[in-house]
Amino acid sequence: MANSAKPEELIKREYEHGFVTEIEADTFEPGLNEDVIRRLSKIKQEPEFMLEWRLNAYRQWLEMEEPEWAHVNYPKIDYNAVSYYSAPKKKEDMPQSLDDVDPELLKTYEKLGIPLHEREKLAGVAVDAVFDSVSVATTFKDKLADAGVIFCPISEAVQTHPELVEKYLGSVVPAGDNFYACLNSAVFSDGSFVYIPKGVRCPLELSTYFRINAANTGQFERTLIIADEGSYVSYLEGCTAPMRDENQLHAAVVELVALGDAQIKYSTVQNWYPGDENGKGGIYNFVTKRGACLGDYSKISWTQVETGSAVTWKYPSCVLRGDHSVGEFYSVALTNNYQQADTGTKMIHIGKNTSSTIIAKGISAGRSDQSYRGLVRFAPTADNARNFTQCDSLLIGDQCGAHTFPYIESKHQNATLEHEATTSKVSDEQLFLCQQRGIDPEQAVSMIVNGFCKEVFKELPMEFAVEAGKLLEVSLEGAVG
Amino acid sequence: MLSIKNLHASVEGKQILKGIDLEIKAGEVHAIMGPNGSGKSTLSQVLAGNEAFEITEGSIDFEGQDLSELEIEERAREGIFLAFQYPVEIPGVSNIQFLKTAVNAMRTQRGLDEISAPEFMKLAREKAEQVDLDASFLKRGVNEGFSGGEKKRNEIMQALLLEPKLAILDETDSGLDIDALKIVSDGVNALRASDRAIVMVTHYQRLLDHIVPDFVHVLAGGRIIKSGGRELALELEEHGYGWLGIKDANAEA
Repeated sequence: MANSAKPEELIKREYEHGFVTEIEADTFEPGLNEDVIRRLSKIKQEPEFMLEWRLNAYRQWLEMEEPEWAHVNYPKIDYNAVSYYSAPKKKEDMPQSLDDVDPELLKTYEKLGIPLHEREKLAGVAVDAVFDSVSVATTFKDKLADAGVIFCPISEAVQTHPELVEKYLGSVVPAGDNFYACLNSAVFSDGSFVYIPKGVRCPLELSTYFRINAANTGQFERTLIIADEGSYVSYLEGCTAPMRDENQLHAAVVELVALGDAQIKYSTVQNWYPGDENGKGGIYNFVTKRGACLGDYSKISWTQVETGSAVTWKYPSCVLRGDHSVGEFYSVALTNNYQQADTGTKMIHIGKNTSSTIIAKGISAGRSDQSYRGLVRFAPTADNARNFTQCDSLLIGDQCGAHTFPYIESKHQNATLEHEATTSKVSDEQLFLCQQRGIDPEQAVSMIVNGFCKEVFKELPMEFAVEAGKLLEVSLEGAVG
Repeated sequence: MLSIKNLHASVEGKQILKGIDLEIKAGEVHAIMGPNGSGKSTLSQVLAGNEAFEITEGSIDFEGQDLSELEIEERAREGIFLAFQYPVEIPGVSNIQFLKTAVNAMRTQRGLDEISAPEFMKLAREKAEQVDLDASFLKRGVNEGFSGGEKKRNEIMQALLLEPKLAILDETDSGLDIDALKIVSDGVNALRASDRAIVMVTHYQRLLDHIVPDFVHVLAGGRIIKSGGRELALELEEHGYGWLGIKDANAEA
């Protein structure tokens, strides 16, 4: 059956965050060497240990090879053609309050729907706004401080809480973990730092909003979240970038540490510029995200909605060290046009009675290519460990690809593992049924896709579930043939 | 209301309809009967706008509009409803969400405001009850895990909800047991109205015991070879399609 409304034609769209902010910036010349790292460290007024850590990482990185095992294709990156630091020029040093933030920046975030005024609509959410290489504003600092919560740019934490940074930075993702994480360790510029003290339930949702603006600049943010015993935090990350014809590099590292009985819920709505409909431009998103459930009964939950980036290489993972600890991964990844994504998770079971759940939903459209890559490992110590994995792929049109690469390593006899996988298509029959009931084909596709993602959306914090649904709608907007 | 003239249609180059003429007025109930492969389902798909089928000759006029100019969803909003023979599943999309979207599409067309959630729920529960579907079906995915009979009742429920001008029922009786047939028929009879036409496509006469048509047409080889009143169906039942010199090669047992 051939409807005039071909499903693959319903997914052309405009990227709505593609504008550039005209702002004066201090930007390093492209190129990477030890001097660049020293300069960076100096600008950030870092203590000696930090510089040493960076230089060590850099020296390791020089010996490493870029990984080629992922199911993605992109031209070789010249790491000396990238600038490793760009920050909006400031009149004085650090902005002391929101009133000191450059109005041009406030406008930028306003336009992105992330108001940095504390009174406004995201009243239950504290926001750290990272613009290129620096954090430009953090809201609700006082309210959080009352609860003992530390939420600040990591560059600030390096100075104000060096003991926490020194103890935990690289404890989950060591500097030499992989090529991109190692590069990040050498040159990371900013990101968020969170510490939730013992027994505290963080009174607000915490959120960091990453924006890449400058051309030819890489963004290397680093996020470190530590949930002390019995604490709870829900954290959301959002990201966008202008539309540029050149590809831009984004190599981030996120480390989560959950001590005994602590719970971290980490949600991502990733909407980096994906490139145009011919595959020109877009962000290379090479990200290492990992959480360590160090204490007994701790829990880390990753929820991600990914619609952006030209190339994605990303596997948010959980290391379940504590007994009875729990790891979760809920993911929706949408690729369109020429986007490529190799994404999934790793669940490493070490403690007794650990359990993990993986629900991955992949939607491929246009000529995009998407792979789910997941590892579930049961160590010899992981008595009674359990994993449930469900990977579903939805294809829109017949020129896209979906692949599943599940890896299972069990060194334990009594591990329990369930794996379910399905592949389906938005069928012409489904569209015909919807249209016959008077529903626009665009709306029908969007409804079908949202239905497919429901299990993941219900894991998102309320405000963001709505945003994610809308994001998919935008992503699926377009012409009917 | 509906005027079909010399309609020819093909699928993948194969001619299925070879000159159909049919006039349907508001308030009438027409039964289109015929053996398998006669073109019955094709006719209903063509009316709904399924573009796998190409109209090669002839015309369809619906209330003064040339139907071939309208998209599938535009025809639906003009009041053409097709109850599918094999309704497809849409996993994860709740019946409520699906039906509310459809109802609002119709309302927007008619210049009405969108229906409120409580108002819709009340209406949907009422219609579900009419075809003896438990309200829990509203919360389930569209046709997801429904039995054959439940799917058919769900289709009729949608017709009741969307209040079309022309309801085309494609083999709505197939696969139903006697009790379900009764429920579905009651639903269809409730649809009968002076401003609404109903076209029933069926292989068997038994549906017509419950829903008494005003006109019966026998379709064979892509043409209507005989038209008559209610009694034509009874004669067919008595003598079989062979009586009209038609081979029913794929006759169901």
